[in-house]
Amino acid sequence: MNKILKYVILDIIRNKIVLTYIFFLFLITLGVFNLEDNSSKGLLSTLNLVLFIVPLVSVIFSTIYIYNSSEFIELLLSQPLKRKSIWLSLFNGLSLSLVFAFIAGTGIPILIYHADITGLLLILSGAILSVIFVSISMLATVYTRDKAKGIGISILLWLYFALVFDGLVLFVTFQFADYPIEKLVLIVSSFNPVDLSRIIILLRLDDSALMGYTGAVFREYLGTGIGITVSFTVLIMWFIVPLYFSLKRFKKMDL
Amino acid sequence: MKSSTLKFFNLFLFLISFSILQAKTIYAGKNQKIKSLTKAIEYAVAGDSIILYSGKYFEKNIVINKALTIIGKNFPVIDGEKKYEIISIKSDNVVFSGFKIKRSGYATLTDPAAIKVYNTKNITISNNIIDDSFFGIYIQYGTNCKILNNKIYAYGIEEQQIGNGIHCWKSDSLIISGNYISGHRDGIYFEFVTNSVIWRNISKKNIRYGLHFMFSHNDSYIANVFENNGAGVAVMFTNKVKMYNNYFLNNWGDAAYGLLLKEISDSYIEANYFSSNTIGIYMEGVSRTFIRKNTLDKNGWAIKIQASCIDVSMNNNNFTGNSFDVGTNGSLVLNNFNSNYWDKYEGYDLNHDKIGDVPYHPISLFSMIIEKNPPAMILFRSIMVSLLDKTERLIPSITPENLKDNTPHTRKINL
Amino acid sequence: MIQISDLSKNYGKLKVLENINLQFSKGDGIALIGPNGSGKTTLIKCILGMVIPRKGKILFNKKNIANNWQYRQNIGYMPQIGRYPDNMNIGQVIEMMKDIRKSVSTVFDEDLIQNFGLEKIYDKRMRTLSGGTRQKVSASLAFLFNSDVLILDEPTAGLDPVSSEILKNKIIKERNKGKLIIITSHILSELDDIINKVVYLQDGNLKFNKSISEIKESTGEGKLSKAIANIILNKSFNEQNT
Repeated sequence: MNKILKYVILDIIRNKIVLTYIFFLFLITLGVFNLEDNSSKGLLSTLNLVLFIVPLVSVIFSTIYIYNSSEFIELLLSQPLKRKSIWLSLFNGLSLSLVFAFIAGTGIPILIYHADITGLLLILSGAILSVIFVSISMLATVYTRDKAKGIGISILLWLYFALVFDGLVLFVTFQFADYPIEKLVLIVSSFNPVDLSRIIILLRLDDSALMGYTGAVFREYLGTGIGITVSFTVLIMWFIVPLYFSLKRFKKMDL
Repeated sequence: MKSSTLKFFNLFLFLISFSILQAKTIYAGKNQKIKSLTKAIEYAVAGDSIILYSGKYFEKNIVINKALTIIGKNFPVIDGEKKYEIISIKSDNVVFSGFKIKRSGYATLTDPAAIKVYNTKNITISNNIIDDSFFGIYIQYGTNCKILNNKIYAYGIEEQQIGNGIHCWKSDSLIISGNYISGHRDGIYFEFVTNSVIWRNISKKNIRYGLHFMFSHNDSYIANVFENNGAGVAVMFTNKVKMYNNYFLNNWGDAAYGLLLKEISDSYIEANYFSSNTIGIYMEGVSRTFIRKNTLDKNGWAIKIQASCIDVSMNNNNFTGNSFDVGTNGSLVLNNFNSNYWDKYEGYDLNHDKIGDVPYHPISLFSMIIEKNPPAMILFRSIMVSLLDKTERLIPSITPENLKDNTPHTRKINL
Repeated sequence: MIQISDLSKNYGKLKVLENINLQFSKGDGIALIGPNGSGKTTLIKCILGMVIPRKGKILFNKKNIANNWQYRQNIGYMPQIGRYPDNMNIGQVIEMMKDIRKSVSTVFDEDLIQNFGLEKIYDKRMRTLSGGTRQKVSASLAFLFNSDVLILDEPTAGLDPVSSEILKNKIIKERNKGKLIIITSHILSELDDIINKVVYLQDGNLKFNKSISEIKESTGEGKLSKAIANIILNKSFNEQNT
């Protein structure tokens, strides 16, 4: 398994896209911290970057990478190798590369400008989001043979998590505006890793007081050590579950 | 020649005897003949001065019922053992200065204070340190009193179990200046106090409000610092208030305001600095009021203005780094928001007169949404919300069309 | 060595293999023939575990290959179209395969690499290779590990005559060592010296499974290609009559 992982990572490194991604993240994050007059504002803008760009790049890059590696996968499958280790090596290779890219590109500027628990939480969230979207893309590729269709589905999934889901939440809050739905909204949000990461970080920043009663409820649940542990567990489930289903499907796939 | 000498001598004698008769100075202290302040007051007559030497004095309820000047030397400590009101001033023309007064009693009915002034005038209370008392300085029916340079500390935890730092009720012509107050329920409390000045005080970390006043007309508040109080500063049911050059800082919390204005009219709020408050200025039922040349920086909401406000003019203020610039609950706008600087302004200035050519709409769609629907706050800073806000700014449809700055500054105003 | 029983496979509604029963023994040279789309490659991929059958089982050395992967240590596979990671060069691919299978057999059989002269073009990227060169790489990799079973899917397609001959000699040499060799090919003439059994598939059905001597005997043809053509014609002739 480690051998395959080695070749996957070597292959990703040979592919210049990850290097470009690091450079791009680094430039933007540095720019954001230099433009904003204080580092917490910088952190907020970086948060937007983490919530928007990181999932998009992760999901599209991994989808394309997996489709482009179909030959490689086929070659490996004819060798004395477990399907599970092939698939997990692909996952690990992609996750490690993208997490490394994120930490190098965004994590280092954050550590330079805002090295505290909030900064670390942001780095952690970005890293987990990268992994989650690798996992989601693997689930998407394993269910569609057609490359164009698979990439389309990945982009739709990203659009769903980044935008559409929030629209639905907004709709629901308006429909049930007369009821005390703070807790419900909070539970619903944990069904979206992007929202969950955003709320975890926001509760760490001063802005949380803006959230009024709603914020108080969120803080009560998510602001505590247990709350953060639970939310990160949910986030971890968010990459384990799609990975599990993709692996299950990959084991039965004809190639 | 001789007669003139005699005359002069007589005059001299007369002057001396007069001064002895009219005002003597009484020294009291552990090593003096008079051991306590109570004794000294008993012994003194109106117009006398008392100097109390440093030491620890356990005296219950010292009543000052003569016009005396009472000065503490090196901060003599008077300890009320949490049982008594310590100093009660019941005479006009009293000066009380230089003491450290500790641990007044606690009672909800009589409101005992470290220093309480009853129905008198021309009182000066200055340079005292008041520590761990129920009320700090309490003035009722006082006229022409000065409260200067006192330091008032308390360590309250709950609102009900602690009084106010400087509490003034039904008084007139007070000067409150240079005091430092922390840990009380309200730092400075005014009710039915008129024609007074509050100047250069610092009110920090009080449980409820840094400054709280109601029904107190024609007062001025100048160059005070209100920082980190439970709910900021509340100003209610008052007209003709002038607030200049004050600092309202770090009042974060679910119901915390830099400045809460309720039922205020004909007032001026100018050149103040509001920074890092959940809500910079909250206005309800405010009318004919000018809010000018203030700096509103890094607040959650810089301004929240309810639809019940009429004729509020907000001009030449700097809005920088606020999460939301303006929030409102209605669509009818009868106020004026022109000529401010807004850091979120994205318009252009073709003729370079430093006035933006397109109006600025300081209300974002999302702030309207959460006003109606607070749980939607969970979407704060999400991508969808920023997209919605951008669209709404381009084509306003839901936000009040006439709440706008027609002449926004493109550069920060020098204040 | 390989025992296939009741093997069925379908892609959606399309039946690709139906009730295949076969047995391959050590030292056999099997020609797997049949028209395009008859299920030859699918059968091979089933043996390799790349395609999961719907029904039936495959035993390799008496062990079921389902959910098993170790048995592939004993197989060298040359795919019909060899597809390799674009960004790697020939040397890297060969090194990678050696690395992956190293623990299994440490003695590498590099005959074909030398005979094809691949070393000279080790630094060529895979995406720049012609079809023939790819075939050379595929063949070299299949023989590299001295596997007991060699499965070659259309081995000579796209190879020039010289390389084709090199490969053929190599196959014969390996078979003489007692290895099981399974070959699919359209060009029957070149199988003559290599094989001793013919398996004929058509529309996913096993039409016949006979030894060459049997075939030659029954048809009276000396050449394999002619003999088989004969059988096929007869068969379809018979089918038309029935």
